[in-house]
Amino acid sequence: MNNNHTMRLDLSEAQNWIAPGSRVLDLGCGDGTFLKHLQDTKQVLGYGLEIGVEQINACIEKGLNVIEHDLDLGLGNFANNSFDTVVMAQALQTMHFPHVVLDEMLRVGKECIVTFPNFGHWKARLHLAVSGRMPVSDLLPYEWYDTPNIHFCTVRDFESLCAEKHITVLHREVVNEKSSKYFKDLAPNLFGETALYHLCRAVQK
Amino acid sequence: MPDTLPQDSVGLVTPQVMHCSKPLTLACGKTLTEYQLVYETYGELNADKSNAVLICHALSGNHHAAGYHSMDDRKPGWWDNYIGPGKAIDTNRFFVVCPNNLGGCHGSTGPTSINPDTGKPWGPEFPKLRVRDWVETQARLADELGIEQWAAIVGGSLGGMQVTRWALEYPERLRHAVVIASAMKLSAQNIAFNETARQAIMADPNFYGGRYLEHDTRPKDGLAVARMIGHITYLSDHVMGEKFGRDLRSGSFARGKDDPVEFQVESYLRYQGDNFANTFDANSYILITRALDYFDLAREYDHDPVAAFSHARCRFFVVSFSTDWRFPASRSREMVDALIGAQQPVTYVEVESPYGHDAFLLPSERYNRAFTLYMAGVAQEVGQ
Repeated sequence: MNNNHTMRLDLSEAQNWIAPGSRVLDLGCGDGTFLKHLQDTKQVLGYGLEIGVEQINACIEKGLNVIEHDLDLGLGNFANNSFDTVVMAQALQTMHFPHVVLDEMLRVGKECIVTFPNFGHWKARLHLAVSGRMPVSDLLPYEWYDTPNIHFCTVRDFESLCAEKHITVLHREVVNEKSSKYFKDLAPNLFGETALYHLCRAVQK
Repeated sequence: MPDTLPQDSVGLVTPQVMHCSKPLTLACGKTLTEYQLVYETYGELNADKSNAVLICHALSGNHHAAGYHSMDDRKPGWWDNYIGPGKAIDTNRFFVVCPNNLGGCHGSTGPTSINPDTGKPWGPEFPKLRVRDWVETQARLADELGIEQWAAIVGGSLGGMQVTRWALEYPERLRHAVVIASAMKLSAQNIAFNETARQAIMADPNFYGGRYLEHDTRPKDGLAVARMIGHITYLSDHVMGEKFGRDLRSGSFARGKDDPVEFQVESYLRYQGDNFANTFDANSYILITRALDYFDLAREYDHDPVAAFSHARCRFFVVSFSTDWRFPASRSREMVDALIGAQQPVTYVEVESPYGHDAFLLPSERYNRAFTLYMAGVAQEVGQ
């Protein structure tokens, strides 16, 4: 989950999609590193929802607006379009109903940003193909039985969900901690470790 | 009390009194020509007077929030768990002020005070109060102490209502609002409990329509029952079960025995009730519970809490407790949602606790940690 002290690569990319001074809701904000960064560099009005006690305390220590909130209970108490951007970093795959969460994010926010581990990455594919066991890596360090990540998807899966729901993809990006830019641009579903999407509701034709 | 005071205590404290001879027009339209507030302070006010924290007390609270009045005191002030050197409200960093509210019975002007017009105790004639009247008198106390802006105003339960009223009435006069186990208004059930408590007082033959002092008596039995009713609502079912279960204090259910049976919980509640009835004034209790009932933060904002909170200029820290059924977490969450709707800065924690409403007074690692971190941020902000 999102509790590293330095900002992860996906978030340092995602910040480019957030306008200065905008209202941001960060779902599962972890220790608040991203929100703090946005507040310091873009003067956003940011709120983070979090359920982990230590993470909440870390946010309080940073002086952030953190709200204790179980995301599995939904976003029903947030008004339509009450935020410019709703962010969910590396948590969509932990939700019981990711497609409902996505709808809710686009109801509460004018735009949303989601990042998730791409299960289509070649290492994951190779791991499954060769060992016949569920992939375990630095980004996905859990065994299948104790993982909070219950709804894995690939870049291609996510694209098809967006198409089905008529969600407009404003930007898409995959990021890797190490491997080369050339390959990931060529075949993002194969060479991207983490996928980033910047979405909004399709404009009615 | 032990021979020495604990290291993290504010130590021995002496209440002070502010006399105010400037007439005070109350929300009900009546005017008090003069009044006094008794209050305590802990810690030192810094040179630019920026480190002051106001504590607003709840229904049965008073100005004695921390420390001891004498070495013979059995217990410290009511919020000693959270006020003191190195505690959440750190008296090494903050100058803490806690007044006894107007209408109270611990030294501030209230129903037991003498009405200057009649020369007799006010009794039931004491003007009805609303939360905003307390805010007004607290603002005057701030003026008296030279405090332009509070670093934070902090309160639990009814105290939290004063905090939110402050944030709307004097938005520039506080940097932080700390609202614990509170609500924007009481529910019908809350009012029902308060009314039942009031009726218990009024049914006491010693009540005399509130003029009991003139009859040289007090409706102690009624007040004790009122307190027992209140006390039940401050505890959780779970904690009562844990603490007392169905244990008997006396008697038995053995066949052939006909001794009177007394459950532990009965004895406990009676003890709490009697204790309270000896230290609290019945008219004050009626007056204050009515102020609680009347409070509705957003009433004058067209019942729109978002519109109400859009007037605030401070940061909010809101805390609720999982088993509090008197002021449930959902009430705090409504407040938080309205604050977010009004684009106000807010932090919210929902503390897992078995202790019901009383949890806001009791030690808790989680609550203490979050509270301490938040207040440390406040202290830092004002350069302490």
